[in-house]
This record gives sequence, C-alpha cells and structure tokens, in this order.
Amino acid sequence: MTWDWEKLKQRQQQQTGGGGTGVPPQVEEILKNFKRFKFPGGPVLIIILIALFFGSSTFFTVGVDEVGVVQRFGKYVRISQPGLNFKLPAGLEKVTKVKVKRVYKEEFGFRSQTGEARKLFASGGSENKNISLMLTGDLNVGVAPWIVQFRVKNPYNYLFKVRDSRKLLIDMSEASMRLVVGDRSINEVITKRQEIATEAQELLQKEMDKSETGIHIVTIEMKKTNVPEAVQPSFNEVNQAVQEKETMIYQAKEDYNKAIPAARGEAARTIKMAEGYALDRINRAKGDCSRFVAVYKEYAKAEDITRRRLYLEAIADVFPKLGHKYIIDAEQKSLLPLLNLNKNLNKK
Amino acid sequence: MKSKGIILIISVIACLLLLFASAYIVDETEQVVITQFGKVVGEPKQEPGLYFKIPFIQQANYFPKNLLHWDGDPGQIPTLDKTYIWVDTFARWKIVDPIKYFQTVSNLISAQGRLDDIIGPAVRNFISSYKLIETVRTTNRELDTFEVGLEDIVETTRSKAYAIKTGRQNITKGILKQAKPKLEKFGIELVDVKIKRINYVEQVRKSVYSRMIAERNQIAEKFRSEGVGESRKILGEKERDLKLITSEAYRVAQEIKGKADAEVTRLFAAAYGVDPEFYSFTKTLESYSKALDKDSSIVLSTDSEFFKYFSGYK
Repeated sequence: MTWDWEKLKQRQQQQTGGGGTGVPPQVEEILKNFKRFKFPGGPVLIIILIALFFGSSTFFTVGVDEVGVVQRFGKYVRISQPGLNFKLPAGLEKVTKVKVKRVYKEEFGFRSQTGEARKLFASGGSENKNISLMLTGDLNVGVAPWIVQFRVKNPYNYLFKVRDSRKLLIDMSEASMRLVVGDRSINEVITKRQEIATEAQELLQKEMDKSETGIHIVTIEMKKTNVPEAVQPSFNEVNQAVQEKETMIYQAKEDYNKAIPAARGEAARTIKMAEGYALDRINRAKGDCSRFVAVYKEYAKAEDITRRRLYLEAIADVFPKLGHKYIIDAEQKSLLPLLNLNKNLNKK
Repeated sequence: MKSKGIILIISVIACLLLLFASAYIVDETEQVVITQFGKVVGEPKQEPGLYFKIPFIQQANYFPKNLLHWDGDPGQIPTLDKTYIWVDTFARWKIVDPIKYFQTVSNLISAQGRLDDIIGPAVRNFISSYKLIETVRTTNRELDTFEVGLEDIVETTRSKAYAIKTGRQNITKGILKQAKPKLEKFGIELVDVKIKRINYVEQVRKSVYSRMIAERNQIAEKFRSEGVGESRKILGEKERDLKLITSEAYRVAQEIKGKADAEVTRLFAAAYGVDPEFYSFTKTLESYSKALDKDSSIVLSTDSEFFKYFSGYK
C-alpha cells in the first residue's frame, strides 16, 4: 500500500517536471511547482492517471484451468471462476490465481527426459540415487523410484494453510514411500509395485488432508523397482539358475521320453512273440494229435499188421540213409576184430 | 477558488498519508503483534483483515500463521545394534503464541536454530536407543522373504529377527513427545516429526550388498542342485520304468508260453494216453529217421526182426 503511494507520488513528480532530486518530494514543493509553472493540464492528467491505475486493477481474467482467490484486506472473500472477473481496485482486493485443473508431477529417484527435474536433486548423481535407495523390512536395500501426480483441490487451503505445500508434498511423499517400503521385503518391493503405490498413495493423501494442504494426490506410480546395481548380477544369477534347473529337468525328461516309449514297443513285441509261440505250439500239437488219433483209429482195427507195416516202412526209410551197414550172422561170435570202427570215425 | 482547491488537495493527501500509516493488513497466512516502542501492546491479531494502529508510534510485526517446515540436517546415527545409519528428518511446526515467539526468537532463522537444537538431539536419542529394524518397520505384517532352502530351520528365527515391538510411527511419536514441550516456551507448536530418508552409511551399505549377494548365490546354488537332483530322479525313473516294462513283458510272455506248453501237454496226454505203447512205437520209429544219417553205422545180426528172412525163407 505504502509502496503504491510512493509510486504515485513519483509519477506526480515526473508529470509536473519538478526537481528530480534524491530528497523525498514535499507536498508543498510540488504545490509550489504547480503554481510557478502553471501547468494547466496537470491536475486533470493526474486524475486520469489515478483513474487508469485503479481502473485497470478492477478486472482480471481467470484461465480455464484455474480459479482466482480473492482477498479483501488480506482476508479471503471469494473464489472467481474462469472468465472475466471484477474486483475492488488494487490495495483493497488482491487476486491470486491457482491452477486447479492442472495435474502437477513430481519425480523421485529418477529424471525423465522430458519432465522438469526437481531442482533440489538435479545436481549430483549420487544424491539423485539416494532418493530411491530404501531400506526394506528385511534390512535389504532396494531401489524404488516413483512419481507423484497431484492437483490442487482446495485453493484456499493450498494458499493459506501451509507455507510451502509443494515442499511438504515432496518430503511427505518420501516419508510415506519409505514407511510403506520399510514394511515390505525386498521381494515384495520388486514384485508388488502396484500394492506399494496404492498404499503409499493412501498414506500420503491422509497426511496431505491432515495438514490441510488442499492437495489431491491423483496417483502414485512406481517406476521399475530393483535391487541396487551392485547386487543385480547376483539376482540375475538366481534367474539363470532357475533356467538351468529347468534345462536340466527337461534334458532328463528328454532322455526318459527317448527310452520309455521304445521300451514299451519292445515289450509289446516280446509279448506278441510269446503269443505267436503259443499259437504255433498249440496248433502243431493239435496237428500232431489229430494225426496220431487218425492213425491210431486205423491201427486199432488191425494192430498187428499195422505195427509190422509201420516198422518195415520206417526201417526202409532209415536204412538207405545210413553209411556203413554190417550184417553179422547170428552164429558169428567175435565180430570185433573184423571191424575197424576207428578208421570209420577218422574218415568222418 | 484556486487556493481552496489546493488546500483541499493537501488535506486529502495528508489524510491519506495518515490512513496509510495507521492501517495495516493481516493476510490469511499471517498474524501480527503490535508493539509500542518495542513493548507488546494488546492481543495478537490472528484473524485476517484490515486493522488500525496508532501511526508512527506503534509498529506491526508480522509472523507466519500457516504450517511451517523444518528440515533436519541429515546425519549418521548408530542404532542400538551398532549399525550406522544415515537419517534425514523433517518436521512441521506452527507459531501458536506469536507474543512468546516474538519475545524469544522473533524471526524464522533463529527459530530454525532452536528447532535444530531441540529436534536434532531428540531424533538422535530415539534412533540410537532402538534397534535398526524398529526404525525401519511400522507393523509386524508378514513378509514374503523368499527364503529358498532351509525353510524349516530358518523360518522361525528370521521372522523373529524382523519382528518389532515399537515401529517407526511410535519412534517418531516419541521424538515428537520429547521435543514438543521444549518448544512450547518459544510459542511454537511442533505438529509432527517424520523420517524422510533412512539408509545405511556407505561402508555398511557395501557389506549389506555383499550379504545380499551371498544370499542370492546360495539361492542360485540351491536351484542348480535342485535341477541336478530332479534330473537324476527322472533318470532313475527312466531306469526303473525300463526294467519294469521289460520284465513285465517277459513275465507276460512266459505266462503265455507256459499256458501254451501246458495246453500242448494236455493235448498230447489226451491224444496219446489212449495207447501209450502205440505212441512209443510210432514215436520211436519216427525218431530213427531223425536220429540216423549217413554217418551212422549199423551192425545188425541176421536174427533181428529186419533180417529174419535174410538167412532164408522158413
């Protein structure tokens, strides 16, 4: 207010062309100048200027994505909606525009290429990493970068209740995230990102509401959670070992599958062969039996003659096949000296 | 006419000057203490709006009314189990009694100093009198610790190792409880104290990493040996199944053959049983032709059945 007043006086001074000394101008002096130079347009011009100054501060535009918070003598009076709005001139009413529709984003532990980096952590790579390094509930260290999207839901609270809502949001989201991660094991940090994000969002929203920041958390999103770089190879090794295990099992199964169906076939063959043998034996036996029975039937009718015939036929059949045949008279007693059986064998 | 106008202007300007010197505005985020030659006069103005004071004699001292921020210096603190950790805290506070505040600290910079002096040691006290796990965890919820191998032995001891009695929320509450009364005399209300970041210090972090690596390696080995075991088992199964299949086949084959042989035996017995003598007669004759060939020699007497007519007809 006082500043405005001084400015006004300065303008007056300039208009009247009065001595521009460093000494604060006195009212009397100005009046003297008025009198002396008889500047007729002076007062009118001053009034026009004052009118313009106040007039221009009586209206303002509010963009589509924002609202204007109007304070009269510092006290909050109303919220102006988008469009052209009017207020009492400067000094009496003040307007602060708040973008309520706009979704802001804060990134933690990483920097996206396009998004604006957080100034606080923009310098120093190790510092940047530290944001996402977290102690897990099983006292391991995990890396969990995340983003928070938020918008202003209550411009009154946003402007007046907290000194620096944004700073509070940043600190509080770190605190909330660590609280959630601190109660999870490293495995859960890696695999259950959604769960962590949801819980952290709830926690953060609760804190934001409690301290009346007027901020609504739109979403918390976890980026790729991982173990620290130094530990990553060993985690990969576990995955590799799992693969190796699978491979070994599959190889063994391959062996199994190679051998077993073939063995089953072989077994079937053995059984079929046995069946063949059985059929063969039984059929032959049946044949033999039928033959015997048939022969026997006739034999029974004339036993003696058949016996003789069979005997003689058999002998007649066998005899020609034999090599040496010796016939010795029944009276001859010592036949051995005559025979050279050994010679016979040697010949063979 | 002219001088009247000038007088009017002068008086208007004088009035305005006086008005500006005596009026002051209290913003939504501010509270004001009025002092008269350095002495506090009247109640502090905490409601926003336009107020008046005696110009030039009284002075308005503005203080923030909204929630203020305190950011602690991050530092290393040993926990009860002698692990050095790096803790970064922040707190939120308000000026609730601007007169006390004005008299004791009066500005934000010295207030920050007081807060440093009081909250810092409180944080240190609490962190160092609890085990690390108490500061890290909040609840005793079940952790999925992914302990491969030694499940039965390790399970109980491990989950016990991560169990907590106090938890972070209660530790921060404790810090708040300790620091809050000490700040009251400055007209400051400490709203809460939070742990923003907590981590191992660099050296400890390295050993934690090597522990994590060892843990993973052990898990990896477990998987590998599981693979070997599993494949051996399958190979064993293969051997067993092979033996089973071949022996089963052998058994079935022998059974079939046996049955056939039995059947054959029965058939023969039934057929030949009618006249065993005839059977042996025919069979013997048959076997002669099979058993004897050109390499066989025969010595026959003339009184044999075959040569009974050889010596002469009777």
